[in-house]
Amino acid sequence: MNEKDANWIGLTLAGARPRAIAALYRYFRDLDMAEEAFQEASLRALRNWPRNGPPRDPAAWLILVGRNSGIDAIRKQARFDTLPEEERISDTSDAETDIADRIDEAHYRDDILRLLFVCCHPDLPATQQMALALRIVSGLTVPQIARAFLVSEAAMEQRITRAKARIAKSGSRFQTPDAVERSERVGVVAAMIYLVFNEGYSSSGERSDTNTFAVEAIRLGRLLLGLFPAEPELMGLLALMLIQHSRDAARFNGNGEIILLDDQDRGLWDRDMIAEGLALIDKAMRHRRPGIFQIQAAIAALHARADRAENTDWEQIELLYRTLETLQPSPVITLNRAVAVSRIAGPQAALDLIEPLSDVLGNYFYFHGLRGGLLKDLGRIDEARTAFGLAIARANTTAEAVHIRAHLDSLEQLGT
Amino acid sequence: MLYAILCYNDEAAVSGWSKSHDDKVMADLLAVQKPLVEAVKMGPVARLMPTTAATTLRKTAGEPLVLDGPFAETKEQFLGFYVLDAESLEEVVQVVRNLAEANPGGGSYEIRPVRDFFPGAMPT
Repeated sequence: MNEKDANWIGLTLAGARPRAIAALYRYFRDLDMAEEAFQEASLRALRNWPRNGPPRDPAAWLILVGRNSGIDAIRKQARFDTLPEEERISDTSDAETDIADRIDEAHYRDDILRLLFVCCHPDLPATQQMALALRIVSGLTVPQIARAFLVSEAAMEQRITRAKARIAKSGSRFQTPDAVERSERVGVVAAMIYLVFNEGYSSSGERSDTNTFAVEAIRLGRLLLGLFPAEPELMGLLALMLIQHSRDAARFNGNGEIILLDDQDRGLWDRDMIAEGLALIDKAMRHRRPGIFQIQAAIAALHARADRAENTDWEQIELLYRTLETLQPSPVITLNRAVAVSRIAGPQAALDLIEPLSDVLGNYFYFHGLRGGLLKDLGRIDEARTAFGLAIARANTTAEAVHIRAHLDSLEQLGT
Repeated sequence: MLYAILCYNDEAAVSGWSKSHDDKVMADLLAVQKPLVEAVKMGPVARLMPTTAATTLRKTAGEPLVLDGPFAETKEQFLGFYVLDAESLEEVVQVVRNLAEANPGGGSYEIRPVRDFFPGAMPT
């Protein structure tokens, strides 16, 4: 097989993976078996497709081949076990007729949603949910995931194994979800996808695989929206991720230090991603059913629309944060609104807004960072120094600490 | 005779392309187009955004239905297309409503934002 074949086959397998694994999981009701069956089907694809060309529906091909190989494996195993476990191969009769309804989008939709949803099992901590989704649905390798979470491969392997065992033990529901359940699942999965995105976004400066997580989250967001094309919050989620990710090339300097939005070279922003994000917001607005992802996307869009930082529509951004505060009251959102307030009404007004939050946000890096910046603008240098000190102690990444250090250095110049 | 060339591919695979691979494919395709544009044989070329950005207007006996997502019927065929410069999806939907009214009966219009547009060249 030549390199060109390996390339398109690799991309086709990656594209078909979520559908195929999701259907195989329904057949075998076991994540490991579904993965092994997909693996076997992929190996056969690598042998077969260069000769015969790609099948018309690669996911359907992989499901059929994967299922047959999985059944073979169960039969071989059964010779060693006392009795074959009938329930493990449920839904596997009539392979030929079933393949036709596999083409049906509605089946794929519940399969993929189920697979994403089991990864979000409430017993699992958020990091395990994300790791599992990236391993099983996206097909990232354990070393890739371990690198992105900054843990050893062995530790990540163990985490994923434990997460799978937890899911197998709790027994997932395989019946078709009703409308209410379906919409709850969509909400939970959307939140997990945004966590994956943020995991990549907040610290991409110090990782070798800078944006693997962001790229995978966008891919999952696209997948989910494709399954639920009329869901405005999913349009909002994908738009939000696309617009934030469009700034990826402008967010860090050569030393991996953070460049704030105001100081970024807007020429480095990816215009294709912004355009797609704006088109999705436009679509979502027609539904007149605002939600937290749509509003955050609208805020990101206002930044994206400003050709220069000083042309940012802060009044509109402040209003959108107010709406967000009513939909989902949270001190962190108030903190974000304070940034907009400082641009419209000055640092004192913003400081008045955030001072009451010191109890709840006392351990939050951004709180002290913003407070220090506002105090500095007001000329209260000693207090600013204290606030920046508190921020550094709470920095989550080296890039954040370096950024605050630069503030402290600039204070020294002001002080003398 | 003018010919339209319509491009079909597996969207899940194409959206998995890395930026460098995508850039290379686009450059390779442009190299094929360039001599044709220079010879004034190639008209507009458009690369569309993914189907997740699509909206479809379906004609009905009464008010047409505006639906999210791409055109999905298999019993109708691709018969023609327009390229429109508009400020918003709302504006496009209005234009498409007018088209539907001018040509009532069956059928659908899929509205898909254009990602890249090359005006090309054509003899007038």
